[in-house]
Amino acid sequence: MSAFFEAVGNVAFAAQILRVATPILLAALGATIASQAGCLNMGLEGIMLFAALTGVYVSSMTQNASWGAWAGLLAALAVGALLGALLAYLVLHLKTDATLAGVAINVIGSNATVFLMYVWTGSPGTSASQKSYVLPTVSIPVIRDIPVVGTVFSGQNVVTYMAFALVAALAFFLYRTPLGLRIRGVGLNPGAADSVGINVVGVKYLAYVLSGVLAAMGGAFMSMGYVSWFARDMTAGRGFIALAAQAMGRSTPVGSMLSSIFFGFTMALSNSMQSLSIPFELIEAMPYACTILALSAYAYQQTRKKKQSSGG
Amino acid sequence: MEEILRVEHLTKVYENGILANDNVSISVNRGEIHAICGENGAGKSTLMKVLFGLEQPEQGDIFVKGEPVRIQSPSAAIKLGIGMVHQHFMLVDRLTVAENVVLGNEPRRGILIDREAACRVTEELGRKYNLEVDPTALVADISVGLKQRVEIIKALLRGAEILILDEPTAVLTSQETRELFEELRHLRDAGHTILFISHKLDEVKALCNRVTIMRGGRTLGTYELEGLSKSDISRMMVGRDVVLKIEKEPASPGAVELSVRGVEYWSELGKKMIDGVSFDVRRGEILCIAGVEGNGQRELVELITGLRSGGAGSAKLRGTELLGRPIRAARKLGMAHIPSDRMVYGVASSQSVKFNILAGKVEDARYTGKLLFRDRAIDRDMEALARAYTVKCTSADQTVGMLSGGNIQKVVVAREMSQEATLLVADQPTRGIDVGAAEFIRRRIVEMRDAGVAILLITADLNEALELSDSIVILHGGKVVAYFADTRALTEEEMGYYMLGVKSQTPEEVEGAVHAS
Repeated sequence: MSAFFEAVGNVAFAAQILRVATPILLAALGATIASQAGCLNMGLEGIMLFAALTGVYVSSMTQNASWGAWAGLLAALAVGALLGALLAYLVLHLKTDATLAGVAINVIGSNATVFLMYVWTGSPGTSASQKSYVLPTVSIPVIRDIPVVGTVFSGQNVVTYMAFALVAALAFFLYRTPLGLRIRGVGLNPGAADSVGINVVGVKYLAYVLSGVLAAMGGAFMSMGYVSWFARDMTAGRGFIALAAQAMGRSTPVGSMLSSIFFGFTMALSNSMQSLSIPFELIEAMPYACTILALSAYAYQQTRKKKQSSGG
Repeated sequence: MEEILRVEHLTKVYENGILANDNVSISVNRGEIHAICGENGAGKSTLMKVLFGLEQPEQGDIFVKGEPVRIQSPSAAIKLGIGMVHQHFMLVDRLTVAENVVLGNEPRRGILIDREAACRVTEELGRKYNLEVDPTALVADISVGLKQRVEIIKALLRGAEILILDEPTAVLTSQETRELFEELRHLRDAGHTILFISHKLDEVKALCNRVTIMRGGRTLGTYELEGLSKSDISRMMVGRDVVLKIEKEPASPGAVELSVRGVEYWSELGKKMIDGVSFDVRRGEILCIAGVEGNGQRELVELITGLRSGGAGSAKLRGTELLGRPIRAARKLGMAHIPSDRMVYGVASSQSVKFNILAGKVEDARYTGKLLFRDRAIDRDMEALARAYTVKCTSADQTVGMLSGGNIQKVVVAREMSQEATLLVADQPTRGIDVGAAEFIRRRIVEMRDAGVAILLITADLNEALELSDSIVILHGGKVVAYFADTRALTEEEMGYYMLGVKSQTPEEVEGAVHAS
């Protein structure tokens, strides 16, 4: 037990939470904007994988240590936007079931990325044989010198800072701008939005594209944040955990952030506990078990609330 | 008088072939409250949808302020100064009043929404037109009357000079209705033009300047309301163009099968929809519940058949209470039900004809053994039923959803009439189906009556009400306003007076619907 507290109680663990939460948070923000417009983006996982591979590939192709990683990130975001648009086309024009379309993108993402990586590197496991670049970490002056706080909040990857800044940006966008109001209007009552001349399909397209871009940033972080390679299925279900985080966060940016941090905590915990003598598989399963528990608790509370309001 | 809107020779045919507007012409003056009156299905709503760009006409011309226009979308209508207050509000419950008002036309300050300006315009319009409502309140938290105000403010903000209100009082309490009328008069005096769709003649008389009457998709004419009595309007609205003839012997009613006593029901919005309704249905008679849509018959039949819960009073089938009991119990007691919405309650459209007819008989030992279906018996009997009810299908295994409306309805009828029921509730049994299928179903209903089944018929079709039923109960405003023991003595004009609230019988006459048993 003391080993457990040693693993959890130190400052590095807190820093790790933010790092691990980053890709979940970005994908959860993607799920949030889609959900605010009344859309379901089930394809987050697949989009993250495509983005992760694209980022590594483009950054490797540049052969440039100073801006190669940035080029990779931009390319990843562009791929995310395209996949978001593809999903929107499938759902809004071809009237495919949103869940099935998303699952299709996930399955394609899981397999096509391996195929493309194999074509590129000759290896079906990782792209580590090809030199690629990582996005920089940021050391914040003043804060880095404060004990504890400095260790946690300074020296994180630039994408981590971007992710948390995007929480505020997205909240601002949704609640303070005309377009944000239209997105919420479309999500809450498309008929009402339509009756005042809002292009409902256009707004939903936009939401899917932005959702794809946010998920792609999370994917790029996976392959270019701390490592400089792509590995098959490296997102390991984070796209689905992000959906859980969005649902638990009631589709609000801040709520999604809080639940992403919670999931980050459970994943960081499972990382730290691998040094303990608990079976590896059990620890690996922990974040996912926590997802189920958290979702059940949330659903229980929601149904009880519904019962109370309808009973009274 | 300056003309602001004119429609000439407008025709609208829906995809399913229904001729909803047939050579419709209307002229509306600036600054008047112009009523459009007509029965259910007279084409009022279709005309309004065309004017607001929600439907495109096949033929005809529309002129706004003398200019010929084509109105291809609601945005086009809004640009022409036409605003619509929908019967079902187009509001986002989780947004504030001000946000709803400006949605799509947001005032900006830089890249932000100017929230203060949104509240300000809402308040200013409210003050100017006597439509005050708290701009910061959530729409979910305000009353129905206030929601309607928000809809009117929305239309005004978008520059509406012509306001279309589609049965605006259907959801309002009488206090709210009075307030709405004050607001509308105020708007008229400020120069706005109001198209008021209604079949409540009291309201039309109290509020409007002129009335255009529609019947069977056509306009009969426009009249000054001054000097026009409610019975004049009623006579023009209600009328049969083709008289339906159904051959049947006079009924010889037996014992009371269904007895309904003092049923009351309040809508979710707190409006009293059914107000102390009592009547009996006897064996061997077809009793029709007639009324203009929205006068409680829908709620009443749903309560009796168990589709709706709540309410007070009692409905007993041979002495056993039905209200608040499961549908299964009522069916076991001998109730069969042809529901008004066949696609929702009538059939499982992805299943076969065979299984749709079988539903409700699955517990029958003829069709279900200890563990498995008796396929041969099912095939034989369901096939025979489908034939007996002339369901046009390639085989009884065909999916119901593939059939035409009339044949789907025959599947429902085949199931319900083969139920060995003692009470048949037939809710709009022939609505929207072809003449042949309708005739077939009506004949079967008469046969069931002759076999001693008690039949409760609910219909919006005046022809059907007058020709198929033996006796009639008329509902108006949730109350029984008339009972006619013998339909043969009743004319459509007379019926119209009661349905539209021009006349009502004395309590003693209405008591006739309750038989001593």
